[in-house]
Amino acid sequence: MIGGLFIYNHKGEVLISRVYRDDIGRNAVDAFRVNVIHARQQVRSPVTNIARTSFFHVKRSNIWLAAVTKQNVNAAMVFEFLYKMCDVMTAYFGKISEENIKNNFVLIYELLDEILDFGYPQNSETGALKTFITQQGIKGQHQTKEEQSQITSQVTGQIGWRREGIKYRRNELFLDVLESVNLLMSPQGQVLSAHVSGRVVMKSYLSGMPECKFGMNDKIVIDKQGKGGTTDDAGKSGKQSIAIDDCTFHQCVRLSKFDSERSISFIPPDGEYELMRYRTTKDIILPFRVIPLVREVGRTKLEVKVVIKSNFKPSLLAQKIEVRIPTPLNTSGVQVICMKGKAKYKASENAIVWKIKRMAGMKESQISAEIELLPTNDKKKWARPPISMNFEVPFAPSGLKVRYLKVFESKLNYSDHDVIKWVRYIGRSGIYETRC
Amino acid sequence: MTDSKYFTTTKKGEIFELKAELNSDKKEKKKEAVKKVIASMTVGKDVSALFPDVVNCMQTDNLELKKLVYLYLMNYAKSQPDMAIMAVNTFVKDCEDPNPLIRALAVRTMGCIRVDKITEYLCEPLRKCLKDEDPYVRKTAAVCVAKLHDINAQLVEDQGFLDTLKDLISDSNPMVVANAVAALSEIAESHPNSNLLDLNPQTINKLLTALNECTEWGQIFILDCLANYTPRDDRESQSICERVTPRLSHANSAVVLSAVKVLMKFMEMLPKDLDYYGTLLKKLAPPLVTLLSAEPELQYVALRNINLIVQKRPEILKHEMKVFFVKYNDPIYVKLEKLDIMIRLASQANIAQVLAELKEYATEVDVDFVRKAVRAIGRCAIKVEQSAERCVSTLLDLIQTKVNYVVQEAIVVIKDIFRKYPNKYESVIATLCENLDSLDEPEARAAMIWIVGEYAERIDNADELLESFLEGFHDESTQVQLQLLTAIVKLFLKKPTETQELVQQVLSLATQDSDNPDLRDRGYIYWRLLSTDPVAAKEVVLAEKPLISEETDLIEPTLLDELICHIGTLASVYHKPPSAFVEGSRGVQHKRLPARAGSGESAESPEVGQSGTSEAPPAVIPSQGDLLGDLLNLDLAPATTTVPSVQPSMQMGAMDLLGGGLDSLMGDESDTPGVSHRTEMQSPQPSSDYSERELGGDIGGSPSMGAALGAPAAMPAALSNAPAVGGGLGDLFDLGGGVGMPTGFYVAPKTLFLPAMKAKGLEISGTFARRGGIIQMDLSLTNKAMSVMTDFAIQFNRNSFGLAPAGPLQVLTPLTPNQTIDVSLPLGTTGPVMKMEPLNNLQVAVKNNIDVFYFSCQYPLSLLFVEDGKMERQVFLATWKDIPNDNEAQFQIKDVHLNSDAASNKLQGSNIFTIAKRTVDAQDMLYQSIKLTNGIWVLAEMRVQTGNPNYTLSIKCRAPEVSQFVYQCYELVLKN
Repeated sequence: MIGGLFIYNHKGEVLISRVYRDDIGRNAVDAFRVNVIHARQQVRSPVTNIARTSFFHVKRSNIWLAAVTKQNVNAAMVFEFLYKMCDVMTAYFGKISEENIKNNFVLIYELLDEILDFGYPQNSETGALKTFITQQGIKGQHQTKEEQSQITSQVTGQIGWRREGIKYRRNELFLDVLESVNLLMSPQGQVLSAHVSGRVVMKSYLSGMPECKFGMNDKIVIDKQGKGGTTDDAGKSGKQSIAIDDCTFHQCVRLSKFDSERSISFIPPDGEYELMRYRTTKDIILPFRVIPLVREVGRTKLEVKVVIKSNFKPSLLAQKIEVRIPTPLNTSGVQVICMKGKAKYKASENAIVWKIKRMAGMKESQISAEIELLPTNDKKKWARPPISMNFEVPFAPSGLKVRYLKVFESKLNYSDHDVIKWVRYIGRSGIYETRC
Repeated sequence: MTDSKYFTTTKKGEIFELKAELNSDKKEKKKEAVKKVIASMTVGKDVSALFPDVVNCMQTDNLELKKLVYLYLMNYAKSQPDMAIMAVNTFVKDCEDPNPLIRALAVRTMGCIRVDKITEYLCEPLRKCLKDEDPYVRKTAAVCVAKLHDINAQLVEDQGFLDTLKDLISDSNPMVVANAVAALSEIAESHPNSNLLDLNPQTINKLLTALNECTEWGQIFILDCLANYTPRDDRESQSICERVTPRLSHANSAVVLSAVKVLMKFMEMLPKDLDYYGTLLKKLAPPLVTLLSAEPELQYVALRNINLIVQKRPEILKHEMKVFFVKYNDPIYVKLEKLDIMIRLASQANIAQVLAELKEYATEVDVDFVRKAVRAIGRCAIKVEQSAERCVSTLLDLIQTKVNYVVQEAIVVIKDIFRKYPNKYESVIATLCENLDSLDEPEARAAMIWIVGEYAERIDNADELLESFLEGFHDESTQVQLQLLTAIVKLFLKKPTETQELVQQVLSLATQDSDNPDLRDRGYIYWRLLSTDPVAAKEVVLAEKPLISEETDLIEPTLLDELICHIGTLASVYHKPPSAFVEGSRGVQHKRLPARAGSGESAESPEVGQSGTSEAPPAVIPSQGDLLGDLLNLDLAPATTTVPSVQPSMQMGAMDLLGGGLDSLMGDESDTPGVSHRTEMQSPQPSSDYSERELGGDIGGSPSMGAALGAPAAMPAALSNAPAVGGGLGDLFDLGGGVGMPTGFYVAPKTLFLPAMKAKGLEISGTFARRGGIIQMDLSLTNKAMSVMTDFAIQFNRNSFGLAPAGPLQVLTPLTPNQTIDVSLPLGTTGPVMKMEPLNNLQVAVKNNIDVFYFSCQYPLSLLFVEDGKMERQVFLATWKDIPNDNEAQFQIKDVHLNSDAASNKLQGSNIFTIAKRTVDAQDMLYQSIKLTNGIWVLAEMRVQTGNPNYTLSIKCRAPEVSQFVYQCYELVLKN
C-alpha cells in the first residue's frame, strides 16, 4: 500500500510530507527530488523506481504530488487516489498552489490522516468529509451524540455520499450533458478516428433521500422497448437512439441493476457531481470540417489556406471558435487575411490563431496566410503539427437525448411533478485535429 | 488568518522560543506553537527536542490540536520511546471517549506509534474497538490490526486478533468488511502458506455482496482479494464473473482494472465453447478502451496492462486498433506505449491504416518515438507479409528524408526484412549504399556491412565499400569489427580473385593487431578454415540462414501468466514479477492462472492468445543440421583419434567456453550455422536485438581452443541442431559428471535385441543401466546354433549422445551351443555423435567367428542423466524463464499411485533431482532438473494433485527434442 505521500513546490521543496509505513524513510523525500524534479531530462514515466522504491507522481500547475511505496501496490488505485486528493483539496481551498497549500497545511494533514489509513484509501467523498473535517477544525466537541453517529454512519455507510435530513423549500435539479468531440482527420478529409466522450453532470437540490431514475435514448433500451411496441414505433425511435460504446457511473448508481436491466437508478449526492461518463463512436455529428491547403513556395515561403465549414442546423449558433494553424519554427513573418473573425500570428506559440465569436450552422469561412521563412541549415524537416480547433455548440454531437429523470421520495410529500428540472446540452471540442 | 507564516520562522534560538510558547497557558498560543513545530517537521528540521512539551499539549478537548500532537507523536515516538509512554494514558482514555471520531482517532494513531512498550498497551483498547458499536471505529480498528502485525506479528497471533479480523468479514457494514479484507490480505502476504484468508464459497459470497455496497476503494480491496481465489469449477467461476462484470462500468479506473484482473483470471477456467465465454470477451473491450480517456498517468498504467492483455488474449481488442492511434499532445510515455500496442494489433486487415499512421509518426520530433516508429514499420513488414512491399517503400521514403537517426534506424530494420524475405527486396541495396557515409551508430553500420557482405555478388563495388570501412578498423566498436571481418570473408568466398589482399588485410588486423579475444578467435577460425578447406569454408560461411521470428518482444508466457494475475499493480506496470522490485518476503510468492476446468489438458496457459497475432510458429529452423553434421564430421574424422591426447588442454578450453564464450558462441548465426541455432530459438528477443547478437556474435572460446580447432571439442553442446559436433564437449562435461554414487536406477527387464533367426543362431537380449555414474549395457548372449561361437567383439554406430563401448566385450570363454552368458559392457559417452531417429536409437554391430550382425535398440534417456544434475534454485528460475515457451512440452503421466515425496525419491534414484516443492491448493508442484552427459539441462515441473493419479509434467529444454524421451523416463521410473 501507499507508504508515504509528499507534496513539493516547483523547486522541489517539501510542503507536505506524511509517512504511513515504516519502510519509507526521510531519504525517499530527497530521492524523488533529486531523481525526478531536478532530473535533467524530461520525465519519461509517471512511475519511477529508485532503489527499489516506487514513486507515483502527478503535477498540478507547478505542484508535484508524489506517492511512495516499496510494495507491489495497485498502481491504478494510487493514481486514482492522487487525483481524488487533488479534488478534495480543490473542494476545500480552491486552486492547488504553493500558497494555498502552505496556508492550509494543517487541514491537509488532517485530511491525509482521514482519507489514508496505513496507506489504504478510506472514504474520500468531499460531502462526507466536510461534515467533520472543517476549516475551522473544531466541530467535534459541540456535536450531540446523534450528530456524531450520523457522521460516522455516513462516512462508513452504504450511502456515504449523502447525509440524511436534507431539506429544500424548492426541489430543483439541473442536468448538463457535456460532450467533447474528438477528431483526427487526414488532409484529404478522411476521418481517421472520431469519438465523443461525454459527461452527465447533475446539480441536485432535493429534500430527503430521493430515489432517482435517469433515462436517455440508449439504443439498447429503446430497441428493447421497441420490440414490445409496433414496428412503426421501433423504426421511428431507432433513428433517434444512439449506440453507447461504454459508460461509467458515479458510485451512487446501482451498477448491478444497470448490468441486468440497463436502467440507471441512484440516490444522488447533494449538490454538483458527475453522474456518468460515456463514449460513443458511431454516427457522430462533426460540427466543423477543416479543409487545409499548405503549399511550399520555394525554401522561404509557405502559403496556407484553411476553410472551415459548419455542419449543423442553421438555427443553432456555435461559439468561441478558435482555429490554431501551426507555423514552422523559423517563421520570420506572417500575413493573414480572413473573411470573418480575427486572426493573429503568435510567435511565442508558433501558430496563427484565428478566433471567431459566433458562427451559425451550414456556413463556411476562410483564412489565407503567407508565411515567410528564414533560410536554415537544419536538416530536420518541419514536423507539420496538425491544425487544431476549439468551439462550443449548443447540442450533443453524439446525439444523446435525456428522456426523463424521475424522482421518488416516498417519505416526504413531494412528487416527481413538483421537482423543477433543467436540461442543457453543450458540445465542446476535445482534441479536434486535422492533419495538413 | 493563514498558516503559511509558520513556514517562515528560521531564527536562531527558535526551539527555545517554541518551548516557551508550548508551555504557555493560553490555548491559542499553544496551538500556534504546535503548528510551527509541525511546519518545521515538514521541511525536515529536527524538532524532537520538544517532545515532552508537545506531548504535554495532548490533554486537550480541542480536536484540531489533538490531531497535530498525534501527528508529531507518530513522527518522533520511535526516537524517544521512553517519553512516548507518557502518551499512553491519553490514548487509553481516548479509546473510551463517547465520541466515535475520537475513539477511532486514538486507535488509528496508536497503531502508528512503533514502540514496543506502547504496543502492549494497545491490545486491550484495540480489542474493544474491534467490537465497537460504531462502524467507523471498527473499520479503523481493522486496519490497526495490520499495523500492529507489521510491528509485532507474534503479538497479533497470540492475542487472537486474526480471528476477530476474520469475523469482521461478516460485518454488517461494507466498509468494515473492505478494511478487514485489506488487512487480512496484507497479513496473509507475509505468511504465504497460512490459510489466513480462508476463501471458500461462503466468504466469497459475502465479499461479492459487500462489493455492491462499499466505497470505490473498498471495491478495489475486495476485487484484489477475490483475484487470489481459485474457483472450484467452471460454474462457480462463471457465477463470480457474472457478479463482477457490473464493476466494469465504475467511474474509478482502478475498480475497472481490478475487475478486469478477476475476469481475465477466472476466464481461464471457462470452457471456450461456452456462450458466456464469448459474451465475457466482448464485455471486456469497451471498458479497456474507456480507460484511454482517463488522465495521462492512468492511461499509462492502463496501456501497460493492455499490452499484457493483448498478448494473452489478442481477440479482445483486435478491432480496436484506432483508439491506440497516437495523439499529437499525448505525453511521450503514452505515445511509446500506444505504439507498442499498435504493432501487436497489426494484422492484414488493418495494416494499411497502421502504416499510414506510422509514417506520420516517423516525422515527429521526439527522437525515441521516431526511432520506435521506424522500427515498427519494419516489424509490420516482418509480421504481415502482404504489407512487406509497402513497408519497404515507406522505409525508402523515410531514408530520402536524410534525417540521420531515421536513416540509421531504417537500415537496421531493412536488414531484418532481407532476412525474412530473401531474394525479394535486394533492389533497394543501391539506395542504402548511398547513405553509407551518414551512418555513425554501430548498429546501423554493422547492419549495412552485413548487407554488403551478404549481397556482395550483386554490389559491384562491394570491395571498395568494405575497404572504406576497413580504414578505421581499430576505431570501430566490436560489433562493427566482427561484422566487417565476416563480411569480407563472405566477399572473398564469392569473389576470390579480386579480394585476396583485402581478406588478408582484415585477417591480420583481426588476429594480430587486436586485443579483443572474440575478434581474434573469429579471425583465426576463418583463417584456418580458408587455408585448410575452402570448400568447407564456403559451406560454413555462406550457409543458408534460418528464418527470423515474426513476433518480437513477447513476454515469456509463464511470466505473462503471472503478470496477468497482477493486473493493475506495479508489477504490471514494470512488466516484472513483484520479486524483482519488492524487498523481503512480501508479495514474492508467484501467482498462477487457474487451470481450465474439465479436461485435464494444458493447465499451462492455453495458447489461445497466440493464434490472433502469429499464425505461424515464430521460429523455423531449416533442417540443415544433418547435412552439415556430416560435412563437419567428414572433415573432422581424422582428428578424432587425437582426442584423448588433446584432452587436458581442451578441458581448459571448454571451461572457458562455459565461462562466457558459450553465449557468444551460440550467437553467431550467419557465419557458422552449423554451430548452433540456440539464439534463434529464444524467440522473445526482438528481431533487431537478435540480429545485433548475431552480428556481435563470436565463435569464441580461448586461444587454445583456436589451436585445437581440428578436434570436435571445439563445438558446443547444442546437440539437437548440430548433432555431429556435440560429442566433444559432452565428454568434458562427463569428466566432471561421473561422481560415483549408489543410486536406485531403474533397470528394465532385458528385451530381445537380436533374434537367433537373424544372426545365424546368436540370440542377444539386453538392457541398459546406470550404476554409480557408470553406464552399462547388460547383455545376454545365447548360442542357439549347433557350433561353438568365439571371438566376440562389439561396436556402436555413431549415435545421438556419443555412446560407445568403454571396453571390449568380455566373453572370455567360447560360447557352446545352448549356453547363455551374461556380460556387462561399460559404456562411455565420448564416441562420435550423429543425430539418430528416434533420438535414443542405438545401432550395434556384434561380431563373432561366424559373421558380423547388426541390430538396433533403444536406450532410456535416463541412462544419460548425470549425478550432478541438481541445479541451483536461482539458476533454475532464470533458466526456466530464459527458455522460450515454444520449447515447453506437456505430458500426462497417468495412473501413478504415489504421493509427491515418494515420486520425488523415486525419481532421484534416476538422477532426476527435485529442486523445490511448492504446495498450492492441494496441488504439489515439483521443480526438477536433469543434466545430460553432454551438458544439456532439462527442466521439469511436475504437478501432483492429491487423490488424482494423473500427474502433469511440463518439460522445458533448449533442445526440445529430448523432452519426449525424458517423459518416457518419467513414465518408466514412476510406474516401476
